[in-house]
Amino acid sequence: MRFIDEYRESELVLGIAESIRKRSTRNIVLMEVCGGHTMAVHKFGLRELLPETIRLISGPGCPVCVSGTGFIDNVVKLAKMPGNIIATYGDLVRVPGSSSSLEQEKGTGADVRFVYSVLDSLDIARRNPDRTIVFPGIGFETTAPATAAAIFHAHKEGLQNFKVLSSHKVMPPVMRALIDEGVKIDGYIAPGHVTAITGTEMYRPIVEKYGLGIVVAGFEPTDILQSIKMLVAQFEDHDPKVEIQYSRVVKPEGNSIARKLMDEIFEPRDDRWRGIGMIPDSGLKIRRKYQSFDAEKHFELPETEETEPAGCICGEVLKGLKIPTDCPLFAEVCTPVNPVGACMVSNEGTCAAYYRYRKSEGHGR
Amino acid sequence: MCLGIPAKIIFIDDEMATVSVGGVEYPASLQLLPGASVGDFVIIHAGFAIEKVDLKEAEETIRIIHEIEKVSRNNSL
Repeated sequence: MRFIDEYRESELVLGIAESIRKRSTRNIVLMEVCGGHTMAVHKFGLRELLPETIRLISGPGCPVCVSGTGFIDNVVKLAKMPGNIIATYGDLVRVPGSSSSLEQEKGTGADVRFVYSVLDSLDIARRNPDRTIVFPGIGFETTAPATAAAIFHAHKEGLQNFKVLSSHKVMPPVMRALIDEGVKIDGYIAPGHVTAITGTEMYRPIVEKYGLGIVVAGFEPTDILQSIKMLVAQFEDHDPKVEIQYSRVVKPEGNSIARKLMDEIFEPRDDRWRGIGMIPDSGLKIRRKYQSFDAEKHFELPETEETEPAGCICGEVLKGLKIPTDCPLFAEVCTPVNPVGACMVSNEGTCAAYYRYRKSEGHGR
Repeated sequence: MCLGIPAKIIFIDDEMATVSVGGVEYPASLQLLPGASVGDFVIIHAGFAIEKVDLKEAEETIRIIHEIEKVSRNNSL
């Protein structure tokens, strides 16, 4: 396929890997903060191509994984209420909360429907005027504008039976929080599609404060390896900066139409991240002007506790402090068919990526 | 959910487009990318086109990657 195959040629992949090997002399830790990158790293076995000096760790880039159990518990609570329809991206359905998941609720009669786009949930709302449709808003700056577009449409149309429970989050605060917490990171492989929306300016303060490099990367093997090469070159030259490798999609100024829509509907708030805790200004809350579409305002939802499933180290994995194979549950008790924690549920979760491609993985890296 | 894929716009009706990914067609909203036209390659994310794929930059990236590969091959000879 166009824009895919040409970035997967094995000769090119091996060529870049070789040039990285020549360039890298000092130990360096790079974190990818996007679930799409985590998947690609494992799918194409990129770790095995890198020299011993480079350690790749996965960060909190899977939106389903970082939304705490409290959020899932609230979605489950809404699913149990008679009259409600939960319209959700498929990723969320099997994520376990503290006592149940949407999948379990669906099994016992709750009306849970999968949507490919948030606009589909507006259609459900139009066709079911006597029901209340709740869309769980998950995802980062790439997905938040879509939810914003839906709320904007609902507002224009007066579609009052459409509600959003927002767990939308933004990336830069967590990228800072991880380093503040003491996770050793020498460079970030930054999320390509998030940055297509946000632009690169938001990374500059992180580079300046922490003195590490940030390269915005595409999702094909040559993209990721080239980004690693750029980060290694910055590190070797002591020249940290923001660079765009994924220039065929990402512009420094980002997508201003999407950003404007997101700002119109949402405002920042402190938000809880699984395994990391509360991070100031890291979440998106629906503005007062649009509060009639805010499920938090419409329903009485309790303050929720965060409870991790017993033995699950998903939180540590999301911080890059542990790898899935460190977990006693991994591949034994916890598998994609019977997931214990969120990191195994989502396709983009680190544990799911390790599990799926584990036969080709080296251990311990 | 988060996996943006490159798709070609084959039809536009107001704010909605039909896009093709390797021959399979999907609906996609152009609300976040109103400037897109039929024939453009765009990245689709959760049912919305979020950005165009810039053909010139795409070729340039491939050129740079080929360059890296060539240099590292020559050096290893």
